[in-house]
Amino acid sequence: MRFMIIVKATKDSEAGVMPEEKLIAAMAEYHEELQKAGVLLDASGLRPSSTGWRVKYSGEKRTTLDGPFTEAKELIAGYTLIQVKSKEEAVEWARRFPNPADDGKEGEIEIRQLFELEDFGPSEAVERFREMGIAARK
Amino acid sequence: MTATDTHRAIDAVWRIESPRLIAGLARIVRDVGLAEELAQDALVIALEKWPGSGVPENPGAWLMATAKHRAIDLLRRGKRLERKHEELAREIEARQETAVPDLDAAIDDDIGDDLLRLMFTACHPVLSTEGRVALTLRLLGGLTTGEIARAFLVPEPTMAQRIVRAKRTLAEARAAFEVPREADRAARLSSVLEVIYLVYNEGYSATAGDDWMRPALCEDALRLGRILAELTPREPEVHGLVALMEIQSSRLGARTDASGRPVLLLDQDRARWDQLLIRRGLAALAHAEELGGGNGPYTLQASIAACHARARTPAETDWASIVGFYGALARLMPSPVVELNRAVALAMLFGPAAGLEIVDALTSEPSLEGYHLLPSVRGDLLAKLGRSDEARAEFERAATLTRNARERELLLLRAGACTRGSSP
Repeated sequence: MRFMIIVKATKDSEAGVMPEEKLIAAMAEYHEELQKAGVLLDASGLRPSSTGWRVKYSGEKRTTLDGPFTEAKELIAGYTLIQVKSKEEAVEWARRFPNPADDGKEGEIEIRQLFELEDFGPSEAVERFREMGIAARK
Repeated sequence: MTATDTHRAIDAVWRIESPRLIAGLARIVRDVGLAEELAQDALVIALEKWPGSGVPENPGAWLMATAKHRAIDLLRRGKRLERKHEELAREIEARQETAVPDLDAAIDDDIGDDLLRLMFTACHPVLSTEGRVALTLRLLGGLTTGEIARAFLVPEPTMAQRIVRAKRTLAEARAAFEVPREADRAARLSSVLEVIYLVYNEGYSATAGDDWMRPALCEDALRLGRILAELTPREPEVHGLVALMEIQSSRLGARTDASGRPVLLLDQDRARWDQLLIRRGLAALAHAEELGGGNGPYTLQASIAACHARARTPAETDWASIVGFYGALARLMPSPVVELNRAVALAMLFGPAAGLEIVDALTSEPSLEGYHLLPSVRGDLLAKLGRSDEARAEFERAATLTRNARERELLLLRAGACTRGSSP
């Protein structure tokens, strides 16, 4: 099963401040551990929301909104995708994730399990999702 | 946290930490079986203590310290009276007293080497193939005996016996806990690769039982392969094997239909192929090639898998390259099974008659007698040539030969389609 460790944005990450060397080293070390254990699938940091945009829908109407966006905690700054044997294993790996904020500051990560459509029974709607290529697969 | 939650948390810690724990201990006590017992003892103590005290901040270090104390206790109490153990106990203790930080640092530094030693030892040539597989999953995959038994559809006591016997064999043969030297290394490494790929294949195409595949085993094998690639970054064939497994895994979601029946490669919905795994597989393949491994057996097989992965539709498949890769593979390790696969690729390139010629020659091959894929492929080619009656007979024969219930169902379905006179 796959889990995504989502790193929440901070004022610093939104301001485009690059993390301190110490934090970069801690992150590198953590991801090396994941890699050595054979559980790391993918990981990346995201540029600040000032370089992004949103598309808002109202029925058929769509409006494009350019960043930056407020409420840093609702934004994401990066993700790490892992493949593990159980939820408990994901909990244990997530517990070891370094504080993604610089020294002394508050950071937050959120962990979400990816859908595995195999978990659902066969259904026409699920089949359609599959055809759209939306699903996460094992 | 309830006691059950803590037990589950401990299971997870065990899965993450046990390979390094056992590997580190095996270097100290120079006996894989004893190392595993000590690690188990530490786990039992954790199961007693952690529900009350909580899981420690650094559970791996806790388990290692506890296991080392157990080692000294056990050896001192004279349960094992051999002089070797007595000396070892003194040695461990002396090292701990004089240079605790150094010893811990040494263990951390060498842990990669230890894991590699453990992998080579678990796949030691003195062991039976079954023993190698069981020991590898147990010591390096962090699987319980019960999990391994379920994966291979044998009763748990049988699997427990198999593991005990393997550990005893290693001890009796006094198998050195080491990374083999140059002369031996290539052969020993290929034994490790073979074991990992065997586990993978048992998951990918379950040879027996009601499931067509057991994806958990594929994940276990892939994890082992990824670990090995980190331990031996300069070995092209290791990356080749990882590439092969990543690309094959990308199709796991597309290999069965909604009712669990197998879907053959060319009939699969390619939108369901996992692009992340394909990307990882192609990257691993490129790595293997950079290291000069383009002609190794796993890299060649990965190259074939990559041809399929790169084709957006079956019609875009580069069959000419695939025929070439199978040819290279056949020269490297001549085998009727490789020849059968080459026949399929040739049929795609030049038409069913070209493939059938090779397949017909293979029917007299004694090693393929009883191999269900031979009549299955022959049936497919005959059906494409419009020879429905012969095709049906071949599909039916294949159905009686496979031990996999799901596959049998598919083959009988194809035989039935021949009866109706249409090409299945």
